[in-house]
Amino acid sequence: MYLLNVLLAMAIFLMPLAQFAEPSKVWASTEVVQFSDPQLRDRYYQLVQELRCPKCQNQNLADSNAPISTDMKAQIHSMLEAQNTDDQIKQHLVSRYSEFILYRPEVNTNTWFLWLAPLCFVLFGAVIIWRYAFSGRRVKSDTTELTDKQQQQLSELLGEDDQ
Amino acid sequence: MNRIALFVPLVVFAILSLFLLKGLDRDPTELPSALVGEPFPSFTLPSLANDQEILSERDLDSQVVLVNVWATWCFACRIEHPMLNQLAAEGIAIIGLNYKDQDQQAIQWLKQKGNPYVFNIVDAQGSLGFDLGVTGAPETYLVDAQGIIRYRRVGVVDQRVWDDEMSSLYQQLVGEME
Repeated sequence: MYLLNVLLAMAIFLMPLAQFAEPSKVWASTEVVQFSDPQLRDRYYQLVQELRCPKCQNQNLADSNAPISTDMKAQIHSMLEAQNTDDQIKQHLVSRYSEFILYRPEVNTNTWFLWLAPLCFVLFGAVIIWRYAFSGRRVKSDTTELTDKQQQQLSELLGEDDQ
Repeated sequence: MNRIALFVPLVVFAILSLFLLKGLDRDPTELPSALVGEPFPSFTLPSLANDQEILSERDLDSQVVLVNVWATWCFACRIEHPMLNQLAAEGIAIIGLNYKDQDQQAIQWLKQKGNPYVFNIVDAQGSLGFDLGVTGAPETYLVDAQGIIRYRRVGVVDQRVWDDEMSSLYQQLVGEME
């Protein structure tokens, strides 16, 4: 039973990682976009998933039906066909719609804390665990054996209680 | 030592609460604008009143203007329109950006509700809107005499927004010109 629970917990924690493994399968839209090169289509899917709709509160371009997302997707499409790099396309959009649209923001003065926070949490957790383990050992080493005299006193006390 | 450690959750909670409290006051639909401080994007688009007349960013030069993004399909623009009429009556130059709209409907709208605009730029495809970072209508930009965007308002400009956020900046920009 315990093992089952552990496996279940692991599965739940690891589920989001599946996204990284197969990014093109996560997006939910039915539109058909034609590309001259299948490689461009892969990059297109990658971009529309990673870029955020500026009008919606929390949707990427792929999921959004807002008119502005349609415009942005059309722009990405034409820029891909015009041989622009992913960075150029992102830069083009960020210069108009600000960094808000990046679901994976650049590391800069505004975002370093965001990027560093997970590492801090892991370190914090590691310190806690280490301290826990360390203090556990120390408690054990603090235990001292009773001397014979103390032992005798103890059994006397216990014996008195029994009577 | 252990007793101090007991306060750690409280401190963490207090810090978290501070962040959340600050978050309560924030409008999540308000985006940082990428174009404030940047020159108004260049464009060549027809005028609504006369589609033979081609407008460009140079038509905004040498005066402080409000550029108002509007459309007849935009419900909030209906609410905003009287305020624009009032500002125009006060002598403020307002330039319309008719965004993804039908010309005939737009002309009809101005006939019915009054025309606060010095002129209207027809952006049927939304290309200038795209370069401006427009996410919808209405939006209003304050552009100084050098053609630099100084302020952006997403949503309706009403008396309160004008008084609190725009009026003094407008006066200041006009003052800079002289």
